[in-house]
Amino acid sequence: MRRLGWLNVPMWLTYAFLYTPIIVLVVMSFNASKTPYTWTGFSFKWYGELVSDELIRQGFINTMIVAVGTTVIATILGTLLAIGINRYFRSAWLEAYSLTPAIIPDLALAIGLLAFFTLVGVTLGLHTVLLAHVVFGMAFVAAVVLARLGHTDPSLEEASRDLGAGPVSTFLRITVPSLMPAIVAGALLVFTLSLDEFVIAFFTDGPATPTLPIVIYSMVRFGVTPEINALAALLLLVSFTVVISAQRITRLTDSL
Amino acid sequence: MTDTRPPILRLSGLSKRFGETVALDDVSLDIEQNEFFALLGPSGCGKTTLLRSIAGFEDPDTGTMAMPAETGEIDLASLPPERRPINLMFQSYALFPHMSVERNVAYGLERERLPKSEVRERVGQVLETVGLTGKAKARPAQLSGGQRQRVALARAIVKRPRMLLLDEPLSALDRKVRAEMQLELKRLQHEVGITFVVVTHDQEEAMSMADRIAVMSNGRVEQVDGPIDLYQRPRTTFVADFIGSSNAFEGEISAGGVQVAGVGELPGHRPWPVDTDAATLIVRPEDIRLASPPEGLLEGTVLDIQFYGGSSTLAVSIDQHPAPVLVTTHGAAAVRRGDRVHLTWSADRAVVLGRSA
Repeated sequence: MRRLGWLNVPMWLTYAFLYTPIIVLVVMSFNASKTPYTWTGFSFKWYGELVSDELIRQGFINTMIVAVGTTVIATILGTLLAIGINRYFRSAWLEAYSLTPAIIPDLALAIGLLAFFTLVGVTLGLHTVLLAHVVFGMAFVAAVVLARLGHTDPSLEEASRDLGAGPVSTFLRITVPSLMPAIVAGALLVFTLSLDEFVIAFFTDGPATPTLPIVIYSMVRFGVTPEINALAALLLLVSFTVVISAQRITRLTDSL
Repeated sequence: MTDTRPPILRLSGLSKRFGETVALDDVSLDIEQNEFFALLGPSGCGKTTLLRSIAGFEDPDTGTMAMPAETGEIDLASLPPERRPINLMFQSYALFPHMSVERNVAYGLERERLPKSEVRERVGQVLETVGLTGKAKARPAQLSGGQRQRVALARAIVKRPRMLLLDEPLSALDRKVRAEMQLELKRLQHEVGITFVVVTHDQEEAMSMADRIAVMSNGRVEQVDGPIDLYQRPRTTFVADFIGSSNAFEGEISAGGVQVAGVGELPGHRPWPVDTDAATLIVRPEDIRLASPPEGLLEGTVLDIQFYGGSSTLAVSIDQHPAPVLVTTHGAAAVRRGDRVHLTWSADRAVVLGRSA
């Protein structure tokens, strides 16, 4: 069966363009050689070195603290924001304002946040990175949840009240579960975004607590080492796992 | 007849505005114990607002809603929706998509903190009543429209409310299932002995199911009566026009009926007092007979004949009268298009209504 015909060619070229660098990166991360461009043999040694590298390990821990913290806070706030907008405001501009942090350039957001933190006199550190990530993360969660709210039957909540549930019980038993696919998708989206976010972290982080992307950046300035390849491959694995499980969970709960 | 039954809900002077729109205009109604009551009217007449006010999802601006009980009267307006002894079946059914059929049905009982064994027993019983025992574990998305409606119904009646409100219960179903569910709803109402209040815009649906019907228009109740009285003794021209088909003749009131310009006096009776000079005579198509010339009230030309098998409807154009007159005859019509015919009816089959000129 030939359904696409010659249109297959640009499709495969696009895939090649997208995935060749990734495949090369993953393959080279198993290269035994010290130079990252010549293949000399298969080895796990760079992964070993990665684990024993104190700087990278600390960077990874910092990044996980930020990513997990951001995900938790941004998901809760973003969901509440979406429900609030949906329920109490019918104005398009308010919705647009709440979503701007997701759209405006990272650089603008980063500089703005840095200026704000300096103005208020907060010392920079992981907490400021976390706050900064919550700002845009919240907007992403709100966008995803608002889309779901758009095609949720508003009488579900009324039905729950009618059947004898109070407002709080209705929120916990009906509102949140019926939005769950969107909430989970939003949370995983924020997690992956925060995991490798560089620009905003670079501006709002303190010198003592670099996140992983900042650590990588400082290493790459002296040339790409196979260790970086291994690290990138690992990050890729985390992102893929998260995105694929997000899709599966969404599909699973959508079909209910 | 039905007057002996005690009221279960007494609405008086309910009004509600949404900005400029008047949704309810001084509505007063008594709904009786165990009756099948219908709120009928075109869309935008306020019937849904009235239903939602009773359920607790709208707050009327003025008026009271009282429910007599052994412990004295319950003032409905003072209770939030979850504490009213009333349940609502939503037009969209509003089944919880993330719960199975039995969890949906159990939801209301669990909120009452009933023991698990009782919840299980009552859910089993009600699913049997609506014929869905085999679907207990299914999700709403896996059910047909008719089955979803049964779940919604089961979820509402399992609470044993004093009154069940149904918002356009049959509108989401296709024609065949609809006729089936009409009978089903009536059977269930008898079986569970709960007062049903149905909102509908479909007059046939209301006429075939309800014991009494309130016809609403522009936020006002035009008439509350049984289906037969509504049809035979409409109080207003709106009711006459909305229920079934009718012929209307406008003119001046006279001793034996209505004096219509250019046509003469048409006979009719007054079931309700008339205090205006301007009047409208209403006569149903099936009450008009074809007559031989001396006794004809009206003379006209047959414009069109529609044959329905059991009956035929003639459209007759009358000289001096703007709209054609509809006449229903038994079986196939004995006249043809273009024939001159004479029409007549007896005064007790035609209703004279007052009309503010």
